[in-house]
Amino acid sequence: MGTGSTRVVVAMSGGVDSSAAAGLLVERGYDVIGLMMRLWTEDDGCGGRHNRCCTPDQMADARRVADRLGIPFYVVDMRATFKASVVDPFIDAYAAGLTPNPCLNCNRHIRFGALLKQAQAMDAAYLATGHYARIRQSEDGAYQLLKGLDPAKDQSYVLSVMTQRQLAQVLFPAGDYTKEHIRQIAADLGLHIARKPESQDLCFLADGDYRGFLARHAPGSATPGPIVNTQGERLGTHTGLPHYTVGQRKGLGLSAPTPLYVVGADVAANTLIVGARDVLGRDALVARHVNWVAGAPPDGPVRAGVKIRYRARETAATVTPDGATTARVKFDAPLRDITPGQAAVFYQGDVCLGGGVIARQPA
Amino acid sequence: MAGNGQSIYMDYAATTPVDPRVVEAMMPYFTERFGNPSSIHTFGREASRAVQAARETVAGILNCKPGEIVFTSCGTESDNLALRGATLENGRRHIVTSPVEHHAVSRTAEILHAHLGYGLTVVPVDAYGMVDPADVADALRDDTALVSIMYANNEVGTIQPIAEIAAVAHARGARFHTDAVQAAGQLPLDVAALGVDMLAISAHKFYGPKGVGALYVREGVRLVPSQSGGGQEGGRRGGTTNVALIVGLAKALEIAYAEREAHVARYRQLRDRLIEGVRARVPDAQLTGHPEQRLPNSASFALRGVDGNALLMHLDLKGIAASSGSACLVGTPEPSEVLMAMGLPPAWALGGLRLTVGRHTTDAEVDAVLDVLSDAVARVRALAAA
Ligand SMILES: Cc1ncc(COP(=O)(O)O)c(C=O)c1O
Repeated sequence: MGTGSTRVVVAMSGGVDSSAAAGLLVERGYDVIGLMMRLWTEDDGCGGRHNRCCTPDQMADARRVADRLGIPFYVVDMRATFKASVVDPFIDAYAAGLTPNPCLNCNRHIRFGALLKQAQAMDAAYLATGHYARIRQSEDGAYQLLKGLDPAKDQSYVLSVMTQRQLAQVLFPAGDYTKEHIRQIAADLGLHIARKPESQDLCFLADGDYRGFLARHAPGSATPGPIVNTQGERLGTHTGLPHYTVGQRKGLGLSAPTPLYVVGADVAANTLIVGARDVLGRDALVARHVNWVAGAPPDGPVRAGVKIRYRARETAATVTPDGATTARVKFDAPLRDITPGQAAVFYQGDVCLGGGVIARQPA
Repeated sequence: MAGNGQSIYMDYAATTPVDPRVVEAMMPYFTERFGNPSSIHTFGREASRAVQAARETVAGILNCKPGEIVFTSCGTESDNLALRGATLENGRRHIVTSPVEHHAVSRTAEILHAHLGYGLTVVPVDAYGMVDPADVADALRDDTALVSIMYANNEVGTIQPIAEIAAVAHARGARFHTDAVQAAGQLPLDVAALGVDMLAISAHKFYGPKGVGALYVREGVRLVPSQSGGGQEGGRRGGTTNVALIVGLAKALEIAYAEREAHVARYRQLRDRLIEGVRARVPDAQLTGHPEQRLPNSASFALRGVDGNALLMHLDLKGIAASSGSACLVGTPEPSEVLMAMGLPPAWALGGLRLTVGRHTTDAEVDAVLDVLSDAVARVRALAAA
């Protein structure tokens, strides 16, 4: 590692992906610095913690990896920014009857916002993360966001908020590999976390218990109210709107001759609306707060594969931009689980065009 | 290691390198002279002689009797032995201490308070972190067992009026302990002049090895051992005697006091160069601790609107090892308890910076630190504002 080598800050979580990413960068001769973001602390009053990120174990793992790789490692306090730009909007979205995905907000404001600024203040040329996605620069100099090489692990969905400026300063070393290969790289580097299991939960929630989280942080957000059908007839009682999501069938506590699904909510009336399967199907959505990775919307309608949840399959659709930050999506076939608050992300092949937040539909 | 290859240690209050003469003095006691001083045979006697010589050396510097020195495993243990030992022995049920003590004292006092029901009074400090003996006098009760006030503060360097406080405590029949861990090597340790009943030191702060300390216990002060076991150290501290490290502590203390005047004069000059430089070049920086009554080697500052840990990170990246009052490895910095007790608002108390010089510090290093510091502070402030 010479005096003149390019400096890269790696966001380390103690997991295998970011650890291997750091290792790959060290091997490539970069001047690598590991940073862990302290995003959230919630003490349950008995020494236990409700969140799974930045726990003492994760921190010890990341530190051990950094020691093994021979790179400096620091923890930076981002709790205030994280609360203001991720957790509070998450709570507000639930209170507004939406089903938010906080990871997109976190990438927008924290990882490729505050952390990227940190990296720059440390004279780093790049910020690297362990995401499974790829960045390509085309001949005209523009950056493209591509799916990760491993289709099962692709994380471009949560990166669809990225701008040209951010893509120019970010590296995703893991995106060129399969998960299995990344584990092998970690093992070859002698990193003790090579076989560590991964967690799918939101980082600030333990065991994915968002209901408990809302009960603690937004006590008024879940109030029981009526369940009605699309004709407005009362069928039962719900435990609080944030506990339901569009397309949900289980856990409604209703007995009906045909299965009933959550089709929407009237937030003002604290009412959950259910209907038969055929009511649920929709073939259109409106996305707001749209980010076009290229920096501007396409000139007219484009054909695209659209993902309406992180782990959903792509559905063929026509995406029509409506101004800079709105898009209308018309699917070739109806979908049953279009969920306001989740992101709709647009693809052409491996290229992620961008995405936006699914707006509430007229009931 | 820093990107530009420089490596400047400005954290001598955290620990010091072992003097090569000390290493040399210790070496035989790891190998050929390995005996247990409690054994009656030749090997034991040889080790015992070494420990006795060490005890005499330490006693000479502290101006006390060799039998009044108890060797321990560190400064923390010395403080624990003083607080637990002297209060448990005593029928009295009250402890007086200050809000700027090292955790070795403050946590121990809190445990005695919370779990054993001792009364605990924490006297205030002024804006310099200084205890007023009159406040100690007010806090004293008929059942005060112990007053424990540190000699010099580890975070801001303030030196307390120990002799006066000791006299105040004695006037009400209370024992007086002082944590002299930071003072040792720089300030006089004459226990008779200080008038203390107990005094704690730790070798790694004065160019000795880590993992060995001592407690002076005035003759006649009875202690319940906090580490009970064999009859070592006059029954006051059980555990097979750590001969090599004790030899190292004594040698380090001997060297430190033989050379003290020269070192301290040099520390003062380096420290003042730092303080003047920060005053001139870093906006919104305030010296913390007493302007005169402070450790010769310690320059400490509060920096408005600066997360001290973020600053340390930026300094480390430039190869500068410094410390903050609220050192935190886990990214949840809290305002420094010491700075808060001195009345600094939280926006300043998060920004503690401690630069402590030592035997190997040079003028050039001080200047290099000053060059980096103003830029690093500006970066951290810019990030916080973003
Ligand atoms: C004032 C003070 N007391 C006690 C201690 C603890 O000493 P040791 O590290 O030997 O346990 C320290 C060391 O940081 C100190 O600065």
